[in-house]
Amino acid sequence: MTSRVGIVVFPGTNCELDVASAVEQLAGSARLLWHAEADLAGSDAIVIPGGFAHGDYLRTGAIARFSPVMDVIAEFAAAGGPVVGICNGFQVLTEAGLLPGALQKNAGLKFLCETVDVRVETTATVLTGEAERGAVLRIPINHFEGNYVCDPATLDRLRAHDQVVLRYVRNPNGSLDDIAGIANEAGNVVGLMPHPERASDALLGSDDGVVLLRSLLVAAASAQPSSGAAVARGG
Amino acid sequence: MAFEARIEITHRPGILDPQGANVERTLPALGYENVRDVRVGKSIRLVVDAPDTDAARAQVDEMCHRLLANPVIEAYHVELTELPATNGSGAP
Repeated sequence: MTSRVGIVVFPGTNCELDVASAVEQLAGSARLLWHAEADLAGSDAIVIPGGFAHGDYLRTGAIARFSPVMDVIAEFAAAGGPVVGICNGFQVLTEAGLLPGALQKNAGLKFLCETVDVRVETTATVLTGEAERGAVLRIPINHFEGNYVCDPATLDRLRAHDQVVLRYVRNPNGSLDDIAGIANEAGNVVGLMPHPERASDALLGSDDGVVLLRSLLVAAASAQPSSGAAVARGG
Repeated sequence: MAFEARIEITHRPGILDPQGANVERTLPALGYENVRDVRVGKSIRLVVDAPDTDAARAQVDEMCHRLLANPVIEAYHVELTELPATNGSGAP
């Protein structure tokens, strides 16, 4: 059965079609979910893509977290459904309290748009199930507020429960403990600053993001209550 | 009763303030070498209708906690002023 990936669109979101294209390239089905509708339209997995939700007014992700769709996403996540926030989506997930910590301005006070190396630190998440621990992936980043921060107790918990998903090989933005992505304790909610959908084809300079998106489709397929079918794999 | 709230939001101690640090590095270039502890935050002003000061303060606190500030990285300070009972809009 094809994995159905719901991609949330806020006013100001701008990466939804890139994510949809990458999902369809991997034989998943993509549907766009308008933020004002409290309806996930039968999705097996949710992606909150990058952009500038609500103009990033007040703080990145601060207004978006109160959109009606976020309530049903919180319920979906609590029931074990796979939820991934990319870049601005990561910021939304932290503001919504679905992931701990926060993302502050880059230490160098520069908007960063470059391809970086990130290391897979755990495979116990919906985004890295098909990856190998220790693998280094080349994936673009594109952000001003990607500098992850949390209090020491939270960082201890993240480390103790294997919730650091990706680390930068060379820290570009001052992020605490080189963190590029984290998960909740159950591993079904993941936020990351790099854009795997922009590394979904060698023509784009890298296809290292494919293994992450494929992991999500596999997780989505296994999260389907009555489905034992493996998801079709591309790439 | 109407109250004007002036809310000052700053980075919590220990949280990087790259804008403040940048301004602090820039001021000496203009000859102001005796300036330190520069912090850049934001200011929000609003008017709230409430039965009394305590209720107004409690509501502003709640709004700060839920939306206006992110307690993980930001601290806030509220100055509350009762507005004269005129048209209730608080507009100057």
